[in-house]
Amino acid sequence: MAAVHGDAHGHDEHHPSGIMRWVTTTNHKDIGTMYLWFSFTMFLVGGFLAMGIRAELYQPGIQILEPELFNQFTTLHGLIMVFGAIMPAFVGFANWQVPMMIGAPDMAFARMNNWSFWLLPVAGTLLISSFFVPGGAAAGGWTFYPPLSTQGGLGVDLMIFSVHILGASSIMGSINIITTILNMRAPGMTLMKMPMFVWTWLITAYLLVLVMPVLAGVVTMLLTDRHFGTSFFNAAGGGDPVMFQHIFWFFGHPEVYIMILPAFGIVSEIIPTFARKPLFGYSSMVYATASIAILSCVVWAHHMFTAGMPTVGQLFFMYATMLIAVPTGVKVFNWTATMWRGSMTFETPMLFAIGFIFLFVIGGFSGVICAIVPIDIQVQDTYYVIAHFHYVLVSGALFSLFAGVYYWLPKWTGNMYSETLGKWHFWLSMFFFNLTFFVQHFLGLAGMPRRIPDYNLQFADFNMISSIGAFGFGLTQLLFLYIVISCIRSGEKSPEKPWEGATTLEWTHLPCPAPYHSFEKPPIVK
Amino acid sequence: MVENNSKANILMMKKLLVFTLIMFVFGYALVPFYEKFCEVTGINNLLRPDVLAKDNWVDEERWVTIEFDANTRGLPWQFKPLQTSARIHPGEPVNVMYEITNNSDREMVGQAIPSYSPRFLDKHLKKFECFCFTKQVLKPNEARQMPVQFVIEPGFPADIHTVTISYTFFELPEGASTAKR
Repeated sequence: MAAVHGDAHGHDEHHPSGIMRWVTTTNHKDIGTMYLWFSFTMFLVGGFLAMGIRAELYQPGIQILEPELFNQFTTLHGLIMVFGAIMPAFVGFANWQVPMMIGAPDMAFARMNNWSFWLLPVAGTLLISSFFVPGGAAAGGWTFYPPLSTQGGLGVDLMIFSVHILGASSIMGSINIITTILNMRAPGMTLMKMPMFVWTWLITAYLLVLVMPVLAGVVTMLLTDRHFGTSFFNAAGGGDPVMFQHIFWFFGHPEVYIMILPAFGIVSEIIPTFARKPLFGYSSMVYATASIAILSCVVWAHHMFTAGMPTVGQLFFMYATMLIAVPTGVKVFNWTATMWRGSMTFETPMLFAIGFIFLFVIGGFSGVICAIVPIDIQVQDTYYVIAHFHYVLVSGALFSLFAGVYYWLPKWTGNMYSETLGKWHFWLSMFFFNLTFFVQHFLGLAGMPRRIPDYNLQFADFNMISSIGAFGFGLTQLLFLYIVISCIRSGEKSPEKPWEGATTLEWTHLPCPAPYHSFEKPPIVK
Repeated sequence: MVENNSKANILMMKKLLVFTLIMFVFGYALVPFYEKFCEVTGINNLLRPDVLAKDNWVDEERWVTIEFDANTRGLPWQFKPLQTSARIHPGEPVNVMYEITNNSDREMVGQAIPSYSPRFLDKHLKKFECFCFTKQVLKPNEARQMPVQFVIEPGFPADIHTVTISYTFFELPEGASTAKR
């Protein structure tokens, strides 16, 4: 393993200072940083909406939010968390890490990179400002099914434009990532030598260019239905609202893998580092990721088992969905085998990675349960489904993001975070997350419907527990903000190589913090 | 190295942009594909008359009660069946009259969309004539009586004794053609 050599010397960093540095920057590290701060801001906004939802559900009856506003809260919570928080956060990781991990000097299209970031604040502002227009924000759920979405007010139009812009941003980001990975790897780094994080992002980016245009198409149809007299989804004009669901979920199901594959990648970097063993079954990990991506395109209608479908269709989508558990299982077993007899230590990134595996498997299992048609017909639109997808998106995607932030903070800032506070953040998140969402399985099985501000008295106790958990979880994330800021401002200087088990290029070939321009001469990978 | 790369990069970007465009068009292509799929498999056949099976017979052992329901949505019409229910044998032809009245002072175009309860009734309901097969144009204050003729096939599950057939009239926007399927 080559020693860390100084790549930082002799660069004049001739970028403008102050705000213009950030507006005009084409540096992948700057843009990655902006993506991460943007997504964290949106995470706090989405979290605020979640707190509103849980506060209303703390007790039966209507206390805080009128039903119309409650519906806007649930809708925007979903949209903001999916499109504003989770997806941009992973793109931020890709910006920071992909060039450093493959030995490239920057992203392939640096100026387009700047543009794809600066579209995001516009889209985010449109989404949030829709709360303040007459009629309020979109309130038909984050999946914006017609007829609700063809009937809503100005808020729905703002949401449609915002989705258009976010889609354009994602597509540009993906084109950038694919080109960078395929064309700009350091000499000697063959595809099968790429770090797992890079592999997962390559496949995710392909999924994005595959399905994001379809989402753009379907929201355009919605827009023309609303304003230009077309009848794609309008039954009276010969359209079909069920068709919306098919086209939406053709995008929507690959979308959930877009949100989890990079998480798999981050965890696949962290587990080997802290188990001090190479990743078990590297090539099977690559093939598993690709199989998950391909299968994800043929299972969409499992979201629609109650929308009316012939039995043959239900059976096909049920079996195809269950089949995804196989490559996912391969991944879980490989992570476990990587840890097996490793010399493990449990720093914060490792804790979050192990927490990820543990809780993601619970979410995966409830996913297999939901795939079974007769059970799904029972639990459709209940809190069981809410619990399921929060186990894969919060303790899945979000926990992996936390793990990744702690893992790479020394590389990004040159400073160490507080290990004690990091561990507090993990254990508090773990406790409150389960307090919030585990009981929702019971609520769902007992029949509590989602997206309804009031509920039957029999659900009162579990809802109170869940709300307390949610408040705790929300507060805990402010601790995370504090940890990151104090790491940047006053963290202890990081050693040149804080994680002795790390083997990827950014740790072996670059100092901490990574210089503003890295790998202008590509490293040779053996 | 950067120069070598930039050509290859631009080529890659062009390929990916073309792919993106193809996928956008594909999203729209799903619409006719969906309609064709529904037509071929007969899943969503709302607007065409059915053909009665040759071996149809009347099951005089069984009775089924049919309730008729009528609604309008977004247009000032009065719409009602002339009888609220019928008690029939499966296999027996049924003829029901509906009446629509345009209470407004302008000519309006409406399209009726059927809905059944239980949902799988559509598999066993064979409709020969219905006002819902075409759009209906009503002059100001015009009233019209229209028939629906159908048979509930004798293969209809024996444990169901009451079904509901419901129609909702929607206003067709100016210039919109009637449903194509």
